[in-house]
Amino acid sequence: MIADLLNGIGLLLWRVVSDQPDAKGALLPVLPAVLQPVVSAVLSVAPIIGVFASLFALTTLLERKGLGRIQNRLGPNRVGPFGILQPAADGLKMLTKEDIIPRSADKVVHFLAPVCLAVPTLLAFAVLPYGRNLVPLDLDAGLLFFFAVGASTELSIFMAGWSSRNKYSLLGAMRAIAQMISYEIPLIVSSVTVVMMTGTLSPMHIVEHQAGFIWGFIPHWYVLTPWGFAGFVIFTIASLAESNRSPFDLPEAESELIAGHLTEYSGFKYALFFLAEYLGMFAISGLGVTLFLGGWHAPLPGLEWIPSFVWFFGKLVSMVFLFIWIRGTVPRLRVDQLLNLAWKFLLPLALINLVVAAVWHFTAVWTFPGALVVRWLLGAALIGGPYVLLGSALSGAKKNTLRVYRYAT
Amino acid sequence: MLGEGIIKGMAETARNFLGSYHDAARLTTVEFPEDKIPAKESARNFPFLVHDGEDAMQGLRCVACQICEKECPPKCIFIIKDTNKKPDYVGKLQFQPKVFDIDVSVCMSCQICVEVCPFDAIKMDTDFELGGSDRFGGLLLNKRRLAKPNSYYHTIHPTEAAEVDGRLAAEKAKVEAKAKADAEAKAKAAAAAAAAKAAAQTTPPVVASTPAAVVTPAK
Amino acid sequence: MEIPFAILTALTLVSALAAMSLRNLVHCALCLALTLAGLAALYLQLGAQFAGFAQILVYVGAVAILVVFAILLTNRGDQAAATRAPARSWVTGAGIAVAVFAVLARVILTSSLATGHPMVDRGSPTVKDLGMQLMTQYVLPLEVIGLLLTAATLGAVIIALPEKKTPAAAAPNH
Ligand code: SF4
Ligand code: SF4
Repeated sequence: MIADLLNGIGLLLWRVVSDQPDAKGALLPVLPAVLQPVVSAVLSVAPIIGVFASLFALTTLLERKGLGRIQNRLGPNRVGPFGILQPAADGLKMLTKEDIIPRSADKVVHFLAPVCLAVPTLLAFAVLPYGRNLVPLDLDAGLLFFFAVGASTELSIFMAGWSSRNKYSLLGAMRAIAQMISYEIPLIVSSVTVVMMTGTLSPMHIVEHQAGFIWGFIPHWYVLTPWGFAGFVIFTIASLAESNRSPFDLPEAESELIAGHLTEYSGFKYALFFLAEYLGMFAISGLGVTLFLGGWHAPLPGLEWIPSFVWFFGKLVSMVFLFIWIRGTVPRLRVDQLLNLAWKFLLPLALINLVVAAVWHFTAVWTFPGALVVRWLLGAALIGGPYVLLGSALSGAKKNTLRVYRYAT
Repeated sequence: MLGEGIIKGMAETARNFLGSYHDAARLTTVEFPEDKIPAKESARNFPFLVHDGEDAMQGLRCVACQICEKECPPKCIFIIKDTNKKPDYVGKLQFQPKVFDIDVSVCMSCQICVEVCPFDAIKMDTDFELGGSDRFGGLLLNKRRLAKPNSYYHTIHPTEAAEVDGRLAAEKAKVEAKAKADAEAKAKAAAAAAAAKAAAQTTPPVVASTPAAVVTPAK
Repeated sequence: MEIPFAILTALTLVSALAAMSLRNLVHCALCLALTLAGLAALYLQLGAQFAGFAQILVYVGAVAILVVFAILLTNRGDQAAATRAPARSWVTGAGIAVAVFAVLARVILTSSLATGHPMVDRGSPTVKDLGMQLMTQYVLPLEVIGLLLTAATLGAVIIALPEKKTPAAAAPNH
């Protein structure tokens, strides 16, 4: 019995590491039938929570270190060697802090808001393919599921802002909602491009479509096509805004809104918000990796012996690093700039990108030598032209002029 | 073109990121408790009381005039006058504070107390490591904690301290000169009086004996 | 199958009741969102993935937000006036309720549940099937709805446009 169990666990781990299908099938048959569904669920959920919670801890450290280096500082280096235990110290601090509820707050809603935020954020991880045979839930409409649970986080932010009975909280929540709704559209439209090209909403199949190499060494990832590149850039900008990261961190703008909807939260609830924010960032980066960066595929033909989930997480961490890098570089936008960027720039570009993708799709029948290069240039021109025109029209429109004050003298 | 600036900025931050690993000169910060940047001469945070000489309580320059207490905008100075007087730096008897507290959790480092003190008794300190485990008492500094020697003042604000010392010395010199002049004048007057007396004594005894005869019964 | 169904139904019904009876308008809106989410879960349980996810995306993600925004922009949500609705809205409300009930009753009475005809199991439709149907058989309604929504958007934009200032109004009023 015990031997069977150990054997099963060993086989399961081996199947995970060596990318074999049906890893859970190795362990489940040795268990009593009553336990099987429970264990199966735990086996799907526990690794997600474990892995992404540790990734969260790691990212907070990396972020502080990276930002420090970008600003020519050392970053945290006191707790443990090179400061690697800093996240543990931060976590302990968060958990032992006093939990303050404002006297006039709406107690129930104030309590429920962080929970309502954390749950959908975690749900979003269910449909991402982490490896060749590692997907917790292979839904036919997986992408739709992802965006649906993503959309339901907005209500929790409203709950947090409204229930705190604090004007900064409410303003922050309003800004957050306006921002999330605005950027959801370019985000979805740029993802729809991929859906259109692959003809499926299942992330698993989208990744499978990106298998193989052109000319034996260029991976067949969508980011390397003109429409895919444009889509990836739009997707990244929109996902920065969706996860409230700098330069789109207006809802939390510490200097203007003293952290917006988080103002009245402390201790564990604040930690939950913080966790949900980072988890949201991971989920959306994971989706970006899945849609445009080839998911778990290796970048070069000779590297396929490395387990596929290593590639997935490598790409995910690179995306996160890109986010940190952007945070260290770009200053915060104003509200009007933020909305203009979404509606006047990203959305038209995303729509044009749909057309570019269609052109790419219909020129696939060209077979003359060098057709790929011609198609590439055509696509690049089709998306690059509007980009330059729109960009110059939008940035040229507001030249710096002497400001005229209407009321002040 | 749109986005050019962002790319340039990203290149700059990447240069910082990589540069900070191999070029220690880029790092603008020091590792605080071990390394410290010496305080600038113009730095200031909270006030302290200057004392001259060895005995802090005896040497306090403060005369408990309470001007600073009245002028402090957040009212964080609290003074009670002592009834005993003690001599100040020129030797004149002055009041002294029995209690002199500053609540540095309230103080806003405005330096007004320093500006208004006519006795150069209160000056701004540069010590910023005031952390403690007592939230209320630990930040209420009494006169023993506030008192610091003049030599310390010289180490933190050399220029200013030299100027103050010069001024005090000049004042002292003036007072002493005045005292000396007074003494001399007194001596002169005394001498003159004595001379007059002597002269009087040399006058015919008839005149001199009369006042003596008048004075003597009064004794 | 039965227990989750019971839980979801109870959740949906209770939150619907709460949405109607709570005093605080924002609480009502939040309960309404919960009701809609419960409905979405019921759809999912019935195997209608697209309908379920679209329900969450549209109703919980957008409509509920719209409702709370409307509440916050029109009155203080936390001090909902306890005024009685005027008689006319009672009548209208009752009319709508009766109409909805009639439609639902008819649908249920003609469904295989009531008539006893065996159900034809066509399998759960995939999103692809739905898309195919929308693009072939139902392309006209789809386009009409699209046109309607575009018109509504344009109308909203025109309403929101800043009014052209007349020269007199544009003059700085010191
Ligand atoms: S520095 Fe300003 S606030 Fe502080 S004790 Fe002096 S007068 Fe008061
Ligand atoms: S510190 Fe200066 S102003 Fe304040 S009581 Fe003492 S002598 Fe007066």
